[in-house]
Amino acid sequence: MEKLHFNYAATEKIAHPVHIGVVASGDLEVIMKPTTNSESTLDIVTGSDGFKEVWGNVLTRFFDRYPLLADFEINDFGATPGVVNLRLTQAMEALKNE
Amino acid sequence: MSEARNWATHREAKAEKLSSVASLLNGKLAKTSDAKAILENLIAPGDKVVLEGDNQKQASFLSKVLASVDPARVHDLHMIMSSISRPEHLDIFEDGIASKMDFSFAGPQSTRVSQMIADGSLQVGDIHTYLELYARMFVDLIPNVVLVAADKVDRDGNLYTGNNTEETPVIVESAAFHDGIVIVQANEIVDKVPRVDIPADWVDVVIPADEPYQLEPLFTRDPQNITELQILMGMMAIRGIYEKHNVQSVNHGVGFNTAAIELLLPTYGEQLGLKGKIVPNWEVNPTPTLIPAIESGWVQSIHSFGGEVGMEQYIAARPDIFFVGPDGSMRSNRAFGQMAGQYALDMFVGSTLQIDQYGNSSTVTNGRLSGFGGAPNMGSNPTGRRHSTPAWQSLRPDNDPLGKGQKLVVQMVETFGSNKRPVFVDSLDAVEVRKEAKLQNVPIMIYSEDTTHIVTEEGIAYLYKTSSMAERQAAIEAIAGVTPVGLRSNPAQVADLRARGIVAFPEDLGVNRNQATRSLLAAQNMEDLVKWSKGLYNPPAKFRSWS
Repeated sequence: MEKLHFNYAATEKIAHPVHIGVVASGDLEVIMKPTTNSESTLDIVTGSDGFKEVWGNVLTRFFDRYPLLADFEINDFGATPGVVNLRLTQAMEALKNE
Repeated sequence: MSEARNWATHREAKAEKLSSVASLLNGKLAKTSDAKAILENLIAPGDKVVLEGDNQKQASFLSKVLASVDPARVHDLHMIMSSISRPEHLDIFEDGIASKMDFSFAGPQSTRVSQMIADGSLQVGDIHTYLELYARMFVDLIPNVVLVAADKVDRDGNLYTGNNTEETPVIVESAAFHDGIVIVQANEIVDKVPRVDIPADWVDVVIPADEPYQLEPLFTRDPQNITELQILMGMMAIRGIYEKHNVQSVNHGVGFNTAAIELLLPTYGEQLGLKGKIVPNWEVNPTPTLIPAIESGWVQSIHSFGGEVGMEQYIAARPDIFFVGPDGSMRSNRAFGQMAGQYALDMFVGSTLQIDQYGNSSTVTNGRLSGFGGAPNMGSNPTGRRHSTPAWQSLRPDNDPLGKGQKLVVQMVETFGSNKRPVFVDSLDAVEVRKEAKLQNVPIMIYSEDTTHIVTEEGIAYLYKTSSMAERQAAIEAIAGVTPVGLRSNPAQVADLRARGIVAFPEDLGVNRNQATRSLLAAQNMEDLVKWSKGLYNPPAKFRSWS
């Protein structure tokens, strides 16, 4: 198990919390909460060690496309980069569709 | 005046060979126990021999017998085989019975093929698509002997090949009309065959097999294993390709991505109001995941390359949809299926193991020389095509007065494979494999120039709309995730490609990612498929989790 922390510059404030996904094999949960910080913070707990660079790549790509300003909590159980991106973008969509 | 030439040397050689086994034959029928002696007498050193076997059906009795012949009598054969699937297909090279191989596909034996080429025990003529290997059997690889498999054979030698007719007719034809010898293994000898798939006078010797030929349910996909990413990709493909291009006829490759699409048509497709508007006509094996779409009225016709274990009763009960003989059982035909797949389809949708930065793809990866099968026939734009359909026409460039349409060739991949390795790479492993295996060409499955769309979990790249290789690369980078290729993507360029419709993300297609759940599938598991079939589908034991 490994704990990771990232910060990203972001511009689109979210109004209320959102929770997507479950902690199951090959999956993860993403929780986003409104923040008073000037940039997004991400606290990640992952069951797969040694993937900090991949996480950084996935998150950079996400924030390039969807600069959501929020506090993120992510609990991961070995999801592939594709599944991580799916859950992040599902959370983004859940906020936009309301 | 020169001596008169003998114009029938092949015929005389065949007659002489057959007379040498006359004492072992009752009409055309031999005894199972004489199989080895028959092959030793009928196959000469250096002969070109076709051994039937594709990715489903194998002449497994005859391949075992061939591996048991005396290499002092039968050696240095030139084997012509659609598929290298069984261990003895390669054992015969180690024993010296055969020395050269022309083939299409080597799925289960692909690692050993690579090793044997490297150590020199296997000499490869070339790697082909199915269709071009069949074609060469009539031109420069005309066989001396063909070894094929039949379900039932009558006492005259008429063959019933039924659901799994597959490539038997084209192989037999190549020998029967050029004085080659046709040897058949039979599951069963009967008084009367249900129908004649191959007439007796094309057949020379029939040997009852010690067990039925090997048959793999290669196209059966358990819906249980379809993931949400595959569902999302399927939703994007239905909206962004099937609907957008008004696709009427299609081939689906083997894989879970296309199984997901088949199971989304009756649900998601129905919600979109597409029933009756897209994909009525299919060239595809009878995959069980098509049952819900058939039962809910999406499908008008299906022609198949081969059968699929467990689908026999269901197919027999749906003759309006499938190709079924007057006897009530299905007839498949691999050569005609490949022909249809190349020329008559609007679209091919497949998957692959690697795609390079330019859009070339291959299933050949380091240490695995897997070959092609039929994908390059379906997954290529036939420049000889002259008829037009709305989907084909929709890809026509508008700046050329002599311009014509193009087949849709779609690759669907997750950016990272199940082995967590990137699918998008700078250079294909196939480039290295070519050097190791001393091949003339890099074994590419589908070339960039033929690939019109790539779908990943990030979105769709409409490659046919790109006007330069640099733009094509940028479109691929935009949907290649965090692979080395995807990391080169820059946000401003992605925004521009989206604005011009060259790249589409789910939100650009009106696809809601949160709808991508397993409950959207028309069947969640094998039992659901059996229910949809009204009990007519009978899954093989390995796909049954219930009693």
